[in-house]
Amino acid sequence: MSAAAPGSVPGAVAPRLAFGERLRPFRAAFESRFSSMLQYRSAALAGFATQCWWGGIKVMILAAFFRGGDAAAPLSLADAVTYIWLTQALFALLPWLADSEVALNVRTGAIVYDRLRPVDAYALLFARGLGWLVARTLPRAALLVSVAALGLPLLGAQRWALGAPHGAAGGVCFAVSLGLAALLSTAVLMLSSAAVIALGTDRGVVALVPSIVLVFSGNLLPLSLFPDSLAALLLLQPFAGLLDIPLRLYTGQVSGAPAVAVLGLQLAWLVLLVALGRRAVARALERLEVHGG
Amino acid sequence: MLFLKYVVASLRSQAQYPGSAALLMLGNFLGTGVEIVALLALFHRFGDVRGWRLGEVALFYGLVNVQFALAELLSRGFDVLGTELIRTGSFDRLLLRPRSLLLQLCAYEVRLSRLGRMTQAALVLWLCIDSAAVRWSAANVLFFLWAVAGGVALFVGLLVLQGTLAIFTVESLELMNVLTYGGVQAAQFPLSIYHGGLRRFLTFVVPLGLITYYPALTLLGKRDPLGAPEWIGLASPACGFLFLGLALLVWRWGVGRYVSTGS
Repeated sequence: MSAAAPGSVPGAVAPRLAFGERLRPFRAAFESRFSSMLQYRSAALAGFATQCWWGGIKVMILAAFFRGGDAAAPLSLADAVTYIWLTQALFALLPWLADSEVALNVRTGAIVYDRLRPVDAYALLFARGLGWLVARTLPRAALLVSVAALGLPLLGAQRWALGAPHGAAGGVCFAVSLGLAALLSTAVLMLSSAAVIALGTDRGVVALVPSIVLVFSGNLLPLSLFPDSLAALLLLQPFAGLLDIPLRLYTGQVSGAPAVAVLGLQLAWLVLLVALGRRAVARALERLEVHGG
Repeated sequence: MLFLKYVVASLRSQAQYPGSAALLMLGNFLGTGVEIVALLALFHRFGDVRGWRLGEVALFYGLVNVQFALAELLSRGFDVLGTELIRTGSFDRLLLRPRSLLLQLCAYEVRLSRLGRMTQAALVLWLCIDSAAVRWSAANVLFFLWAVAGGVALFVGLLVLQGTLAIFTVESLELMNVLTYGGVQAAQFPLSIYHGGLRRFLTFVVPLGLITYYPALTLLGKRDPLGAPEWIGLASPACGFLFLGLALLVWRWGVGRYVSTGS
């Protein structure tokens, strides 16, 4: 690790390490955050109940609209229902707010300890953020998918159940795309974190980010249901890669060669946002003033 | 009046951080207002939903959001009872003061940011007035106020129940959000588009449907597609007050069993 890397201690002599060895601190940061977040069982259960209710209401509203004019829709009602349930299952994967730990660390001054660690600051925050998002998502998603995919058909509500992915290829593309979505989500989280560090409070992020994520990720409404004149624009913007692109692959709205193209789009946004985030975090940390502690 | 003094005190404390208050209000405005984006997009693509036009659905949306925004302003104390008052022991202090407990809780931290939801709901109601779905005669305006009052009473009742639960669980139950925020979500659309089970739940268990659906029908001058008689619209806001009364009875019972956390 060179002394010029953001977050490293100037002048520290770093021995040359094997690649796996160099990743170790980040893996440890991910794992510790992951396992501590898994402890919040009642929060996960409450989240699950809320997502079930929300999903149910949304499914009924969409069904009412679809009956009015099925031909007007670019996807079938069954696909739309599947889309809604997956949206609810993956709710906690979206970068709604900045990582709460970052704001706390800035306020208490504990962020100084992170600055002193001889590791890349961005990568450390990234590993923790990813652990936070994934650990919050997994239990909720598992519960919701089992209810929506297995429970509903058992109750005789086959029509309202979460359907299977669009063929094996669709499933594989979805899995790859979901992985990219988790990384992309963490990259957005890091931009929010940079803003929190620079401003010293998470108020501004809390005010603006959730609404943007809600609309442009497809969580509010499948992006393809917005007016057709906006379709290209909505697919190309970075937030589509958080949720809408994986779900389009799952439901088969995009398949074949275009599937590879949208995966490339996700990857391109990921690279760009990580590059932006690295600069933003480095700048914010450089200017950080800690008031006692 | 003591209530006003409490309100002024909490407003002044928020005015100490004007930037923060403005941002929170903007966040509340945007966060609650994006729902209308989905509504517009769906109507744009599909046209009317089971015979309901956009201007009509906008009335449901605006009505329930105004009701909930006012209720949120008035009952913050019940909302955060578990986390901010019981766990910290501050609730004991409220109980010791020789003033009404309900008054102290209702006036606890009246937050400006909640006006964000209010503003966007008012804008949507404007849209609804523009579409001429409702004739705003004097009688209709009076009835609108009666309907808003009934809805506020119902939502305050729900938050009081949430507070009562917190007395026993010592935390603010996220689960109640299903009924409050989730209830708002459900009541933004006419009850008649939902399936039977949910419709019955929203009518008889938590009468959210009663306090928006039937009053809105009366305002629109529409007959109920489900075949309810017309007088129900005029009387239904009273259900909100009935619910609030029951909730307050449960609350009194709960406070009687309150055991301090001792911290």
